[in-house]
Amino acid sequence: MTATPHRGWGACAVLLVPVLWLVAFFLAPFIIVLKISLSRTAVAQPPYLPVFDLAAGWSGLTSFFAQLTLDGYQLLISDQIYLFSYLKSLQVAAVSTAILLLIGYSIAYGIARAPRRLQPLLVMLVVLPFWTSFLIRVYAWINILQRDGLLNDVLMTLHIVDTPQVWLSSDTAIYIGVVYSYLPFMVLPLYATLEKMDEVLLEAAADLGCPRWKTFWLVTLPLSMPGVMAGVLLCFIPIVGEFVIPDLLGGSDTLMIGQTLWTEFFSNRDWPVASAIAVALLALLLVPIVIYQRLQTRQLEGLR
Amino acid sequence: MRKTSLFNVISVALGLAFLYLPIVILVIYSFNASRLVTVWGGWSLAWYRELLHDEAMLSAASISLRVAALSATAATVLGTCAAVALTRFGRFRGRLAFSSMVYAPLVMPEVITGLSLLLLFVAVNAGRGFWTIVFAHTTLTMCFVTVIVQARLIGFDRSLEEAAMDLGCPPLRTFLTITLPLIFPAIAAGWMLAFLLSLDDLVIASFTTGPGASTLPIRIYSEVRLGVKPEINAICTIIVAVVALVTAAASLMTKRGAVKRERAAYAAQV
Repeated sequence: MTATPHRGWGACAVLLVPVLWLVAFFLAPFIIVLKISLSRTAVAQPPYLPVFDLAAGWSGLTSFFAQLTLDGYQLLISDQIYLFSYLKSLQVAAVSTAILLLIGYSIAYGIARAPRRLQPLLVMLVVLPFWTSFLIRVYAWINILQRDGLLNDVLMTLHIVDTPQVWLSSDTAIYIGVVYSYLPFMVLPLYATLEKMDEVLLEAAADLGCPRWKTFWLVTLPLSMPGVMAGVLLCFIPIVGEFVIPDLLGGSDTLMIGQTLWTEFFSNRDWPVASAIAVALLALLLVPIVIYQRLQTRQLEGLR
Repeated sequence: MRKTSLFNVISVALGLAFLYLPIVILVIYSFNASRLVTVWGGWSLAWYRELLHDEAMLSAASISLRVAALSATAATVLGTCAAVALTRFGRFRGRLAFSSMVYAPLVMPEVITGLSLLLLFVAVNAGRGFWTIVFAHTTLTMCFVTVIVQARLIGFDRSLEEAAMDLGCPPLRTFLTITLPLIFPAIAAGWMLAFLLSLDDLVIASFTTGPGASTLPIRIYSEVRLGVKPEINAICTIIVAVVALVTAAASLMTKRGAVKRERAAYAAQV
């Protein structure tokens, strides 16, 4: 570590401004969510009780704490709807991350083995759709998957099916949408590690008579584990809380947790329960988020 | 000797086809003359003309562009500061807490960020609308700027900065005359990413918006929920075209910048 240069007021400001911003707009909101998750629904503006009243002083504070309840969380446990949507979210996230890993790995591997001068172009082609609006990409699939959409047209022309199949409003549609939207997030970290790998290792294995599949299994795959971890976490965590894809492509019988939160908040106006869902969801994702952060820190700072 | 196997070529080709086909189909159907989205009725610009008269959609687009420009600029300033602090300040107290706060929004589910920001705005009694979306988007996008700028700050040769400091250049001036020009491509890329992310966001904007401030995604979403419409195909095509042009321009710019820098470095060595 090099000696830190003398820090003046300017340097302090460089650190303080983003810190204050994040405390105000990232940390403080979570504390408020936690507080409201312990409140009760009320027909009022804002629609919950108790409201923190600074003017009432100490007695106001004690009565505020006395009024906090665990009702929101009790509802989460007692009503099966919530448990089901958590499980549904975990299932969708796990299955689609597995599919993403399979598809993403073969694409990343293919790019890393392509001629060097083509690689930047191929990477850009994978990233480009990510720059295009998320909503538009999901919407594009509605065009294709609807009852009289393109997919049924193609399948019927090829005589694979005789009657139009139902694709939209199903789990299949959710999986297609999720895999489609998150593919760049899986390919990029995988490509980054595969591209850095020393090819001499593969040649050494080949020279010693190791078959190619075995070289892949024993050399390539273990060496690309950091990329696999990064890709899996980068996809899995946001997919669990995904709202737009299941809402537009999925059916209405089973909801993912992001949709349940949305409905509680916007349709039922039950802010305490919506907050309790958010807290529970965060608790569920805390471990993967912490692992991801350590990976990110190590990756960005291990380069030094 | 690098061998490109058939399997690799096929997997990359199929992957790219999977990524691009839906967008291409969307673009083609936006020129469809027929009102029925699934029946091809010949080429036409009718839906683009209709779009020109859609006041609600146009005002939503203008709000979205303004929100994106403001929040991307604020996020770039904040994100660059955070990146400088993380790479140049060594190990300061609370560094781990700071870096976790910076990286967390990258993967945080949007429903959580949106809900928590809304509850904050309600708690401090802020009138919800245009400005609350700007603040929310700044918070969401600054971490992306940090990651991009940080990668660039780590990647370049620190001896230039050290040489300037050794020669008595004050830190601020060193930063402005040496560091800033060197990391400028990353800052520009960060701004662009922040701009596009803000333009794209539906969930956080839906939570933090107020009356009279519908962004383009909110507007498109409410139309899409009612089904596929040719006008939506047209507006989506316009967005795709703008994004593709901006990205292509930016990648050309950074490439030319990279070539120039390499030449300069080479000249310096000779």
